[in-house]
Amino acid sequence: MSYFTPEMRTRAQQLVGLYPKARSALIPLCHLAQEMDGWLRPEAMEEIAELVGVTPAEVRGTATFYDMLDTEPAATYRVSVCTNVACLLDGALELLAHAEERLGVPVGGSTHDGKFHLEESECLADCDFAPCVQVNHRFVRTQTPAAFDELVDDLAAGKRAATIPPHGTLVRVGRNRGLVVDPEQVASERAAMVEAQAARAPSQDAH
Amino acid sequence: MAVTDVPRIVTARLDHEDSYTLERFLATGGHEGLRKALTMTPEAVAAEVDAASLLGRGGAGFPAGRKWSMLRKAPVTYLVVNGDESEPATFKDHLLIERDPNQIVEGTIIAAYAVQASQVFIYVRGEFALGLERMQQAVNDAYDRGAIGNDIFGSGFSVDVVVHPGAGAYICGDETGLLESLEGKRGFPRIKPPYFPAVMGLYGQPTVVNNVETMSNLPWIITNGGAAFAALGAGRSTGTRLFALSGHVRKPGAFEVEMVKTTFRDLIYAPIYGGGIRGGGELKAFIPGGASSPWFGPDKLDLPLGQDEVGEAGSMLGSGSVVVMDQSTCFVRVAWRITKFFARESCGQCTPCREGSGWLERILYRIEHGSGRVDDLDLLLDVCDNISPGLHWPPQQTTICPLGPSIPPSINSALTLCRDEFLVHIKEGGCPHA
Repeated sequence: MSYFTPEMRTRAQQLVGLYPKARSALIPLCHLAQEMDGWLRPEAMEEIAELVGVTPAEVRGTATFYDMLDTEPAATYRVSVCTNVACLLDGALELLAHAEERLGVPVGGSTHDGKFHLEESECLADCDFAPCVQVNHRFVRTQTPAAFDELVDDLAAGKRAATIPPHGTLVRVGRNRGLVVDPEQVASERAAMVEAQAARAPSQDAH
Repeated sequence: MAVTDVPRIVTARLDHEDSYTLERFLATGGHEGLRKALTMTPEAVAAEVDAASLLGRGGAGFPAGRKWSMLRKAPVTYLVVNGDESEPATFKDHLLIERDPNQIVEGTIIAAYAVQASQVFIYVRGEFALGLERMQQAVNDAYDRGAIGNDIFGSGFSVDVVVHPGAGAYICGDETGLLESLEGKRGFPRIKPPYFPAVMGLYGQPTVVNNVETMSNLPWIITNGGAAFAALGAGRSTGTRLFALSGHVRKPGAFEVEMVKTTFRDLIYAPIYGGGIRGGGELKAFIPGGASSPWFGPDKLDLPLGQDEVGEAGSMLGSGSVVVMDQSTCFVRVAWRITKFFARESCGQCTPCREGSGWLERILYRIEHGSGRVDDLDLLLDVCDNISPGLHWPPQQTTICPLGPSIPPSINSALTLCRDEFLVHIKEGGCPHA
């Protein structure tokens, strides 16, 4: 029984097919699962593991390396305030303090209603609009406390849904349909990988 | 030195509101370079880029043509385009990805043809949600136009392009860290040798990794010839380059300027670029090439924007970002924040970087917040020296990737330029700027 919905499952297989080696699709698949659930559920990680031919622990081990992948339940809106050097010079720490006060949570915390998560982020590469703020990785360009308050009000009222979709970056534009690798080749590679893993694992009888 | 009137090579389309669309791209000379390249032999295309002596625009400044020529001959080779821009205060690639993705795609196919790549991956930083969508759209459009895929424009050359999303890790900007990430693993930079992915890269196959700005230059170079590109700039630094200017300037932004002929003073003060220091302040110092580069004081303003010129002066152009700090800036705070960045982004493989960055961050934090000790200044330099012995420029490599040795320069610079400021923090028990 697949944890992914049938459409998701098809999409996931397409993603796997884009790469010469299935494991390369691991991070895109994590994004995809996060788009479905808001975070990486253990069931999703198990299915990703099966799709790319690794163990669930390897999926978790890889996902925890990356800032954007959540292995714990996440809020609807992830608010990232950059405080790196260019933003620092333009009052980022002050804006971050204001954000903490406005949302009523410390950096790294989420509001009780599960709507907002506040994080202090590293450079987001939009330094000509410092201090830089992103919501669900969309640049919102709110540089002042007043603009930030307006943003929070809008989000709470559900007004920015068009420009700030929920989690995920792969939702809006489909992946290309280029020279897709033959499914048979993918299947044989995966079988080889499973075999290799079985050969590596200590046999049950040894104990 | 002055502001020179040169063609805009990578930012020509950006004045248009719809610069990212295929319609605007085709109406402004899109695919001209690619069509021309496909009529030439791959060797001739590579020779043209060699003649342009285009330096890689990612940060290391390695000649793009030479990188291609090192590619080991093999049945399967890959081209990976690095759009994982995360160097603090660098936002030129973000601009190009979001505003002119079609140009990147065109340049990418030219490069893929020149090196006869079997497959191309465009690695875009995960935090660029809109950029990822636009890049994917550009790739899809190119497939529809026959500019990617089977038998491109009837030339017989076929290549597949995959847009790959990152997931938030600065270390993946490093060539080999990026390849590991692309293989679906943690972004741990690889142990050298082999030094170059051209020998052993993605999936162990020969791979070329180029920056997106490097790719953006290729259509113009092929259309106008390598010689026309090499005629701009001077010495080893040819053509134009996109500089991301931020900090205390009136008009922060990304500006394309002619290399060497333009100086830091032009970039910061010229009305068409930075427009001078905000609020009529005075320049205290500037960071010439990203968080990893040593800082310059006002005495270096007349230095030309050239790779060798800046290198000889003891720093680097690096990622093409210039951060301007006025007299109100607290150096301790800036050095602390940059060090905090490295501490957070260190992948943890090598001890000097993993441990050193955290220690330095804590020492700087306590100086900035009023608990500094006089011994701390020596301690800072001692830890820095343990990360990169000698503290000279370019820094000595002690770790797998250059992240570790990138930590000391900002601390060393802040201390060299204004040691008194650290002492005031310690004596007065806090930050005088706060």
